[in-house]
Amino acid sequence: MLAPAASATTTTAKDGDVVLSVENLSLDFRLRTEVLHAARDVSFKLRRGKTLCLVGESGSGKSVTARALMRIIDRNGAIAGGRIVLSGEKGDVDIAQLDERSRELLAIRGGRIGLIFQEPMSSLSPVHTIGSQIIEAVRLHTRMDKRRARERTVELLRQVEIPDPEQMVDRYTFEFSGGMRQRAMIAMALAADPEVLIADEPTTALDVTTQAEILDLIKRLQVSRGMAMLLITHDMGVVAEVADEVAVMHFGRIVEFGPVDAIFHDPRHAYTRRLLDSTVKLEQNRRAMTRPETASAPRIVLSARNLTKVYGAARSWFGGAGYAVKAVDDVSFDLHAGENLGIVGESGSGKTTLGRMLLRTVEPTSGTVTFFGDAGPLEVTGLSRRGLRGFHRQVRLVFQDPFASLNPRMTIRDIVGDPLVVTHGLGGKALDRRVSELLELVGLDPAMRERYPHAFSGGQRQRIGIARALALDPKIIIADEATAALDVSIRAQILDLLLDIQKRLGLSFIFISHDISVVRYFCDRVAVMHRGRLVELGPAEQICTAPQQAYTKSLISAVPNPDPRHKRMLHRTRFTS
Amino acid sequence: MLRYVIKRIFYMIPTLFGLSLIAFMIIQLPPGDYVTSMIASMQDSGANVDPRQIERLREIYGFNDPIWVQYLKWIGGILFRGDFGYSFEWNRPVADLIWERMGSTLAISVASLLFVWAVALPIGIYSAVRRHSVGDYVFTFIGFIGLAVPNFILALTLMYLSYRYFGQSVGGLFSPEYVEAPWSWGKFVDLLNHLWIPIIVIGTSGTAALIRVLRANLTDELHKPYVITAKAKGLPEHRVVLKYPVRIALNPFVSAIGWVLPELVSGVTITAIVLNLPTAGPLLLRALISQDMYLAGSFILLMGVLTLIGMLVSDLLLALLDPRIRFT
Amino acid sequence: MTAHTFIDGAPETGPATTPLKPGTGPGDTAAAGQWRLIWYKFSRNRLALVSGWVILFFCFVGLFAEFLAPSVPDASRPQFTNAPPQQLGLFVTGPDGSSRFQLHVTGYAMQVDPASLRRTYVADPDQVVPVGLFVPGAPYRMWGLFDTNIHLLGPLSPGDTMYLLGTDRLGRDLLTRLVYGTRISMSIGLVGVCISLLLGVVLGAVSGFYGGVVDTVIQRIIEVISSMPTIPLWLGLAAAIPLSWSPLTVYFVITLIVSLFGWTGLAREVRGRFFALRGEDFVTAAKLDGSSERRVIFRHILPSLTSHILAVVTLALPTMIVAETALSFLGIGLKAPIVSWGVLLQEAQNVRTIANAPWQLVWPAGAVVLTVLAYNFLGDGLRDAADPYES
Repeated sequence: MLAPAASATTTTAKDGDVVLSVENLSLDFRLRTEVLHAARDVSFKLRRGKTLCLVGESGSGKSVTARALMRIIDRNGAIAGGRIVLSGEKGDVDIAQLDERSRELLAIRGGRIGLIFQEPMSSLSPVHTIGSQIIEAVRLHTRMDKRRARERTVELLRQVEIPDPEQMVDRYTFEFSGGMRQRAMIAMALAADPEVLIADEPTTALDVTTQAEILDLIKRLQVSRGMAMLLITHDMGVVAEVADEVAVMHFGRIVEFGPVDAIFHDPRHAYTRRLLDSTVKLEQNRRAMTRPETASAPRIVLSARNLTKVYGAARSWFGGAGYAVKAVDDVSFDLHAGENLGIVGESGSGKTTLGRMLLRTVEPTSGTVTFFGDAGPLEVTGLSRRGLRGFHRQVRLVFQDPFASLNPRMTIRDIVGDPLVVTHGLGGKALDRRVSELLELVGLDPAMRERYPHAFSGGQRQRIGIARALALDPKIIIADEATAALDVSIRAQILDLLLDIQKRLGLSFIFISHDISVVRYFCDRVAVMHRGRLVELGPAEQICTAPQQAYTKSLISAVPNPDPRHKRMLHRTRFTS
Repeated sequence: MLRYVIKRIFYMIPTLFGLSLIAFMIIQLPPGDYVTSMIASMQDSGANVDPRQIERLREIYGFNDPIWVQYLKWIGGILFRGDFGYSFEWNRPVADLIWERMGSTLAISVASLLFVWAVALPIGIYSAVRRHSVGDYVFTFIGFIGLAVPNFILALTLMYLSYRYFGQSVGGLFSPEYVEAPWSWGKFVDLLNHLWIPIIVIGTSGTAALIRVLRANLTDELHKPYVITAKAKGLPEHRVVLKYPVRIALNPFVSAIGWVLPELVSGVTITAIVLNLPTAGPLLLRALISQDMYLAGSFILLMGVLTLIGMLVSDLLLALLDPRIRFT
Repeated sequence: MTAHTFIDGAPETGPATTPLKPGTGPGDTAAAGQWRLIWYKFSRNRLALVSGWVILFFCFVGLFAEFLAPSVPDASRPQFTNAPPQQLGLFVTGPDGSSRFQLHVTGYAMQVDPASLRRTYVADPDQVVPVGLFVPGAPYRMWGLFDTNIHLLGPLSPGDTMYLLGTDRLGRDLLTRLVYGTRISMSIGLVGVCISLLLGVVLGAVSGFYGGVVDTVIQRIIEVISSMPTIPLWLGLAAAIPLSWSPLTVYFVITLIVSLFGWTGLAREVRGRFFALRGEDFVTAAKLDGSSERRVIFRHILPSLTSHILAVVTLALPTMIVAETALSFLGIGLKAPIVSWGVLLQEAQNVRTIANAPWQLVWPAGAVVLTVLAYNFLGDGLRDAADPYES
């Protein structure tokens, strides 16, 4: 089932032979006012049956390097030097020297080197069927007629474990889910039996469990076909699970290269160490260290009972079938004073909708939310508009996207001060003073308050968002994927900041995230959501190391472990609902 | 797909209704009615006008009924009997006068639309793929000129040039010797000789606008990930561009019919007035000036209906082109 | 076993770049507000800048029309009907071969066509008509406020002719009429656009902010209006204007007609932006901060719209100008004694006129084309710069 249909690989090639050799590759891009050296003297080798991981943060140049291997470069870029040598039965070819329109290059693309990358949503044509796109790939590199090409396509879809391949061949891209689209892309990349597979962040946009499935599949296909693989990622956990060799890239240079064990357990370059530190750091439960010791049982500050949200139950105009989606299904939990409650789940689990329902930016279909503030219990679900405004002073929201959550046309002073202006009518010097206080609290220089958001980095903007949330002295803060859009090294900083503020101001947090390690770092208790239902609720340590429920077990075991000596993901438990 | 078609047609009905209201309202706007202007011209020529005769005329023509009754009578006549009313100036039923004219209006509009598409598509693709090249700048410049010069000025200029340098008899669709002659190859060639000016004049601004739309959309699409996927498969560049991003950028191109078609019909109207073509335009102007109510209203209504049908066709074409629309 | 290699030295702090032009790099825009950033982006577009100047020039001409024109629009000299333009020259060669500076135009010599016995005037290079700046000429009332008779450019002796762009069929100076026409044609656009602006922004905002039934109804109305071909509509409405109304009233009604059908584009744009912004995080944040709906609209959403509205309005102005020109050209818009570019074109309607006196077509048409081009470039530039935060 996993063997290639045609034997494109020779029998004399052995595992470990060098298939693609990159020597001193340099890439330059002409920008408006400067030349950007995106890659400088990059060298590495890809071997049959082995996986090389190219790792780095955003802006490191890893994606442009990978695409340059197939000579796919933006119009304003060029190869400034170096060789890309592809070895095979017919000898060596220097890809860097080939003419851009030559037949040879077109034959190499897809025929000898295959490419899959992230964003499966927009990486496939939305107006063509999946089958037609794969058949095209097959017929480009083999001499098959339409019927045989279609048979081969169905066979490929079966190999990538897409159910019911005979039917799915004629479906359009938007009828596939994210994981299935990625499988289709893999099928397309493997259509002509390439010797090298380049995977550019193939699982970044996928859920944890889907990511495990896809990586598993890719690994198995690579081994059975004897391909060399270049995997590009920024996730050190994935690197530890999948790589044989690792190259660390930073601002266009490879700063460290070596076998995976050496990189993880004996990092030499300071940047590598920094990367590992931020990742490994999130493997502990920092919260346990900062949590204050309380003797008495903590009181409840927020209570949710039987919250449910149903979308779209009406029948449509012309007698189409009515459909109802239960985004959140009968969820109940309590938040205690001074506690960090994590709500974790994959996409479609309903965690974001749950957070919005607590604030009533989305109205619950049924269920109640009760807030236990200074003035006694407050039935949030029944509040009027005015009452709701009072509630929103006590329970505030930190958003996910640092770029979209700040109004680009207002100064920082205006943004952070807006709640103060609206609620307390502050102005002038008093407003300035309070805004400066808040900015200092989140670690920003108050002198920068006259600047606009575009002058700040992602991490700084998130701090501004936190300052805005703190402006009205709230009791509870709901953080909706507050660290998802940040680089790994910044994430830990923001989380530490939140823990620090919590200690000073005595807040409680509801932390919504899809990232298990972040939740483990930050939270006391964790609630796991799956398809709208609350599957398990318990202490963070227990959930993350010894979960009880089947779904939670599959979720936790699918999280890649950044330690190549203790691989977890490939031995995970699977969950079928 | 059938459901989508039915839904679109269903949504068209209130728009048609609104259209007929507007057309009717325009007719009613001028103070007085045909009888008034008839009386004025009779008085000018010195004839005597009997007040009782005027009243009888008003009764016969139905000018004394309340407004909404007049509207219902008019719309009812059109829908149920194909009766568009009576033209007082020409003394014939309106239906006789308009079909031939509307036919040629339709023909020229469609011809212009095809011309616009045929010219805008390759130029738009070229401009997007070879951005900032010499060809791109030249086409953009010509395009802007096309956009900026109003139809009638272009018509006048081309007419003058054709008269001066090609010695052609300008105006109308046929030279004087061919007007009454039966159809022949010579007549057809003569028709083409006269047709090129109106089609270029009418089509220019639409072409320029569509080139800009296509260029902008295609440029956006060329940077999307699926184009890289197509390249990575090993497709040569021209196939990459034509099969994938062009297909998607065609969407706004096709739906642009929605606003290009009204422009074209407008263009036909005013160009026909300048070049004296036998289409709806000149007749409409005359009817408006002399307040020949039924004729004017019918023209305006039919022109609106023409564009609405065009927009329906454009929506259906779009659904054929883009499966996403059919499925949601 | 693969080797374990690494680079010496501390990690770099930023991407490696080589500046192309010395001393260039990202400027200090940290404290720059929305309008400053829009200006930076706009001013990089040379074409749009030049177009802006052109438009300002036309506005200037329209404003000071009476002073800038060499004469008054109805002053006619029957002997000089359809006279060709006179060339402006700077230097005069005297009989002794020396040249001295004297602003002048070449005069006319009369020719009689033997076949038709028609008098025509042709340019005679030997005749010199001295002209000067700030000369007294035909009296006029500046802005209807005070009387004077000083013109910027005119013949030194009052009986001479100075027809820089030729004359029309009644012997009136085309340049003067063109300058006066600038005032009418440019201002029609402005009045009409204000009405369109009001209708478009209000209806678009209501439609976009409230959504639901209100939105559907307004959308249907917009669809009905925008699916009608404009010219037949304009013809219909313009022909309905009673002949007895004064030219000024006709002027206002024409602008009203044109703007009644021009607001749909603006409404669609405003509605689209409202929809897009409604779902933005910062709008949700503003609501959670306690802002009332009114404050959210005016303080948070509207500032994001202003630059887009400006761009759309600038692109709608040429439509107004062309509309008025078209209607007047057909004879159902503005009429004499009002002078506009359309009225000037109306007098150059047939091929024979153009063949004999092409300047009567070229100059008014040129003015229209130049203005429309300039507005289009300007509007395009504004639209590209309207959202300075798109990277």
